[in-house]
Amino acid sequence: MALSHLSSTRSNRLLRPLAAAASSLCRPISTSTEPLVIETSIPFTPHKCEPPSRSVETNPQELLTFFRDMATMRRMEIAADSLYKAKLIRGFCHLYDGQEAVCVGMEASINKKDCIITAYRDHCTFLGRGGTLLEIFSELMGRQGGCSKGKGGSMHFYKKESGFYGGHGIVGAQVPLGCGLAFAQKYNKDENVTFALYGDGAANQGQLFEALNISALWDLPIILVCENNHCKDVNLFLLLDFLRLFFTLLLLWNRVLNGWLFGRWHGHC
Amino acid sequence: MWGIVGQRVFRHGSSAMSLQGTRPAILASRSFSSAAKEMTVRDALNSAIDEEMSADPKVFLMGEEVGEYQGAYKITKGLLEKYGPDRVLDTPITEAGFTGIGVGAAYHGLKPIIEFMTFNFSMQAIDHIINSAAKSNYMSAGQISVPIVFRGPNGAAAGVGAQHSQCYASWFASCPGLKVLAPYSSEDARGLMKAAIRDPDPVVFLENELLYGESFPVSAEVLDSSFSLPIGKAKIEREGKDVTITAFSKMVGYALKAAEILSKEGISAEVINLRSIRPLDRATINNSVRKTNRLVTVEEGFPQHGIGAEICASVVEDSFEYLDAAIERIAGADVPMPYAANLERLAVPQVEDIVRAAKRTCYRSSSLAATA
Repeated sequence: MALSHLSSTRSNRLLRPLAAAASSLCRPISTSTEPLVIETSIPFTPHKCEPPSRSVETNPQELLTFFRDMATMRRMEIAADSLYKAKLIRGFCHLYDGQEAVCVGMEASINKKDCIITAYRDHCTFLGRGGTLLEIFSELMGRQGGCSKGKGGSMHFYKKESGFYGGHGIVGAQVPLGCGLAFAQKYNKDENVTFALYGDGAANQGQLFEALNISALWDLPIILVCENNHCKDVNLFLLLDFLRLFFTLLLLWNRVLNGWLFGRWHGHC
Repeated sequence: MWGIVGQRVFRHGSSAMSLQGTRPAILASRSFSSAAKEMTVRDALNSAIDEEMSADPKVFLMGEEVGEYQGAYKITKGLLEKYGPDRVLDTPITEAGFTGIGVGAAYHGLKPIIEFMTFNFSMQAIDHIINSAAKSNYMSAGQISVPIVFRGPNGAAAGVGAQHSQCYASWFASCPGLKVLAPYSSEDARGLMKAAIRDPDPVVFLENELLYGESFPVSAEVLDSSFSLPIGKAKIEREGKDVTITAFSKMVGYALKAAEILSKEGISAEVINLRSIRPLDRATINNSVRKTNRLVTVEEGFPQHGIGAEICASVVEDSFEYLDAAIERIAGADVPMPYAANLERLAVPQVEDIVRAAKRTCYRSSSLAATA
């Protein structure tokens, strides 16, 4: 865009051949629907089941929609971060940037009658299920135009008609709820499944194992997706605090050592 | 044993009616049916659940021992045989897990009836009752409705000790988004259970183990499959003019006995069966207090922050000028329930406690700081 602006000004005749050369270096983006087979990079580790095939059939146009969706999600989360720091979003704001591929990939292979339920990191999942940016930002800022009319907040986005059941604040609670959704699908004899997303923190919750046990006993159509973003582990801020503490202690010890070595304290005895 | 005592009270009540002669017509038509068909609370609950499951295929039952064992207290007897294992599900001992699954099924549009073997075990699942069920309608601005019923015995049984005897009425009744019902008679059990199953919101249905075997007369209207009682309306079990006694569940029986004893001493007590703890029928309670000017609240649970406390606050806020005496609260003792029979008897309200409290409000005896 900047290049085309430069080439339009009369005084920049010198830059015109440069602009032309630059535009020929821009890669054209294909929107063809020719099938393309991609092999995923990391092999699956199966446990008591057959691993799915690593070859995925797609096409450039579809890949472009994936990119567009993920890029929108990324920009949306970064904008939400800025709004949160500006105190226009209150309370909690859990961001999904870095995890966009999970929900975009899931959406590509399911339909709106399949159900998704997740925890509180739900902005992008909601967008993937058909929510709009306006609904998301309105809800985050507590406005009536929000998807929950401003009454839910960041952690409570729902879109029942698209099979999105929230948006839950209690770590791990969404897993038994998701198994319940799968139970209802089986009860109604729907040919659909439920995806219950959870994280490395919720993996410790007892209710997860209780729900898994019942799901195995009753053969429920539930797929549990663990998104390990290492949030529950030591994070950067904690590390920085430790480093700060370490260097403070080092400085203190240095002073004590100096005092003793150079006898500054002997005079006080 | 309780059934026999109950029958004796009712027979005595009906003979008292004929002696007095001038009774309001509404009481005569509402109290006892001339057909005098009797039904236990257990059968009332069983028939209500059976009829609702038959009428709506979305209703299903889930809990420990509800199926093959016919129900821990035989409330769900015969239902597995009738509706099959797809609709009557035995769960492992995992309250948090199966309650969450029930709430998730309700999100999707089914109508689960979740049984807790006693409400003491509901504490294991209380996060799902409160955070996943009660609050979802509000948090989703009406998108998600949760038509679920949580039922089971509540309160003290006999000799089961501290961990199995607590009353959870005030815990659940304080939460917006829940409806809390507490039936007393078979008519209450049938009508309120049907209303609870048909309700689109989460309902906590507090039964009482000691009432299951008690028989009550039921009219033909009650036995009809379309019968239901409105949620949020209390019932005046016995009209009176000197003191109002509010109670729910088993304590209604005690309050009625106390009213009998008081009537012999010239005090006419009005007994209100709350039926609905949330929403509380403040209108009926206040109208009654405005008539009698005295109030005694009775409950089995712990006294602090209990149902009686809420009723006191409501009456003081709405009908303060009508009160002629301080409100008396009768509740369980402020201790974990003891095991020894004599201590257990001291830890729950008895009929004499209600009688003494009513007399205190009528200034018939000196006010003692006696608790239940």
